[in-house]
Amino acid sequence: MSDVTDPLAREIEGPSPRQMLKSRAASHKGLIFGMSVVAFLVLVALLAPVLAPHDPYAQSLMKRMVPPVFMGGTWEHPLGTDHLGRDYLSRLIYGARVSLMIGAIAALISGVIGTAMGVAAGYFGGKVDAVVTFLINVRLAMPVVLVALAVVAILGGSLTVVICVLGLLLWDRFAVVMRASTLQISRRDYIAAAQVIGASTPRILLSEIMPNVFNNLIVIVTLEMAHAILLEAALSFLGLGVQPPTPSWGLMVSEGKNMMLFEPWLVLIPGVVLFVLVLAINLMGDGLRDVTAPEGRS
Amino acid sequence: MLTFILKRLGLALLVAFTVSFISFSLLFLSGDPAAALAGETASGEDVEALRRLYGFDRPMLVQYGEWLFSAVRGDFGESYYFKLPVSNLIAERLQVTMILGVCGILFALLTAVPLGVAAAIRPNSLIDRFALFLSVAGQAMPSFWFGLILIVVFAIQLGWLPPSGADTWRHFIMPTIVLGYYAMPAIMRLTRAGMLDVLGSDFIRTARAKGAGETRVLFKHALRNAIIPVVSLAAVQMGFMLGGSIVVESVFALHGAGYLAWESIARNDLPTVQALILVFSMFYIVFTFLADVLNAWLDPRMRSA
Repeated sequence: MSDVTDPLAREIEGPSPRQMLKSRAASHKGLIFGMSVVAFLVLVALLAPVLAPHDPYAQSLMKRMVPPVFMGGTWEHPLGTDHLGRDYLSRLIYGARVSLMIGAIAALISGVIGTAMGVAAGYFGGKVDAVVTFLINVRLAMPVVLVALAVVAILGGSLTVVICVLGLLLWDRFAVVMRASTLQISRRDYIAAAQVIGASTPRILLSEIMPNVFNNLIVIVTLEMAHAILLEAALSFLGLGVQPPTPSWGLMVSEGKNMMLFEPWLVLIPGVVLFVLVLAINLMGDGLRDVTAPEGRS
Repeated sequence: MLTFILKRLGLALLVAFTVSFISFSLLFLSGDPAAALAGETASGEDVEALRRLYGFDRPMLVQYGEWLFSAVRGDFGESYYFKLPVSNLIAERLQVTMILGVCGILFALLTAVPLGVAAAIRPNSLIDRFALFLSVAGQAMPSFWFGLILIVVFAIQLGWLPPSGADTWRHFIMPTIVLGYYAMPAIMRLTRAGMLDVLGSDFIRTARAKGAGETRVLFKHALRNAIIPVVSLAAVQMGFMLGGSIVVESVFALHGAGYLAWESIARNDLPTVQALILVFSMFYIVFTFLADVLNAWLDPRMRSA
C-alpha cells in the first residue's frame, strides 16, 4: 500500500474525516476562544457555591455601593457591592447560573419544537410543509419582546415562566433551517434506498435524516441559546423577567441604572460579562459551522 | 406577477388573521381577565361588576369576533388606564416610533452597505476584519446596555446629547444608533456575501475585459445586483426593529408606541397591549409583503417561489 499515486490508497492512508475535523477545529481561533470562554463560564456557574466569596443575597446597610478594587475598593469585595450592600462578584457568579440555565433550557425546548416541525415539513412536504411554513410566518410576525413581556406580566415573572415563554417563542430559526436541510437530505439516494428496503418512517427520520442534519442543528442551538440569554436580560432589565432578588445580569444592569450617574461600574460590569458570554457562544456557533461544513465557508 | 402578488396577499391576510386571534387569546392566559384587572385586593362583587362591564362573561369566541370586527374598522376599544380610545393613543405615539424606525434603518443601511462593499473588495484586509468585528460585536451587544453606555458617555460625561426625551432631533441620535446597530450586522454580512458572489461572476469579468473602469464595474454592475436581497432584508429588519423599539424607547424614555406597550403591560392595560401586538405584527406583515413583491419585481426568478 505504498503506492501513494493511487487516489484510493491515499484516501485510505490519509487522515480520517474525524482527524481532519479535529485539526480544522484546533486551528479555528474563534471556535477555540468561544469554547474556552463558554467552558470557563459553565464551570463558574457549576462551582458557584465554592467560588463565590459571599452569599449573593446577604445585604449589608453598612457596605452599600463599595467601589471595586480597580476603583479604590478593597479585596474584601473585589467587584464592590450594589445598592443593598450585596457582594457584586458573588451576584455575577450566581448570575451565570441564571443566564446559562435559561439559555440552555429555552434553546432545548425551542429546539425540540422547531426540529420536529422543520424535519416533518422537509421530509413529508405537501400539506405538512404548507402548514409548517404558515406557522413559521405567523410566529415571525409576532413581536417577540412584546409578546414575551405581555405573557410574563400575565403569568407572573419567575425563572420557569421566562424559560417556557422563550422556549415557546424561539423555535422559528430551528424550523427554517431544519426544514431546508431535511429537504436537501431527503432527495439523496440513500433515503430512497432506505424507503425501498422497507424501513419505517420513524426509522428513516431518526437514523437516516437526523444524523445528517445534526451539525446544522448544533449551530442553531448555540445561536438560539445566545438569543435567549440576550432576551432574558432584556426582559429582566424591563422588570418583567426574572424577579429580584434573583441575581440576573439584566436585572443587575436595571438595578444599577439609577446610580449610573455616580457609579457607572454598577451598569458596566454585568453588561460586559453578558456581552462576553453572548459573544463567546456566537463565536462558538460560527466556528462550529465553519468547521463542520468547510465547503460552505466563505 | 399578478398571481404572485395575489398569492402573497392571501397568505399575508391569513397570517394577519391568525396573529389577531393569538394576540386576543393572550388576554385569557391568566384564566380570568376581570380578576387580573381588579387587582388582588378587590372584592368578589367588584370583580363580578368588572366582568359584566367589559363583557368577559360572554364566550371567548363571541368576544373575539366583536373585537376583530371593531379592530378592522380601527376601533380597539378604550384603554383601561388612560380612559381614552386605544386607537387615538397608538396613532399619537406611533409617530415617534416611525421616526425612530426610519432613522434606524437608514443608519443601518448607510453604515452596513459601504462597509460590506469595502469588505468584499478586499477580503481579509484590515477593513474586512473591522467590519467582521463590528458585526460580531453587534450581535452580542445587549441593546439596553449599549444605550445606557452611550448615555453615560455622551450625555453624562461629555454632555453633548440629551439623555432622554423626544423633543428635538438631537434626542433621536443615540436611539437611532442603538436601534440601527441592531439591524446592521445582518445587512452587512448579506452585502459582503452578495458582493463577493457577484464579483466572481462572468459578467463582471466581461465588464472588466471590455475596459470598464473599476468604479463603474463596482457600482453599476456589481452593487446593483448584490443590493437586491439587501433591500428586502432591510424591509424585513424594519418590521423587526419596530417590534424591538420597545427596549430602546424605554432606555431613552422616548414616548413612542414601544414605550406605550411597556407602560400598558406594566399596568395590565389589556386592550392597549392587544392592539399594540396586532399593530406591530401588521407592520411586520406589510413590510415582508412589500419585500416579497419588491424582490419579485427586481428579480423575476423569485416569482415562482
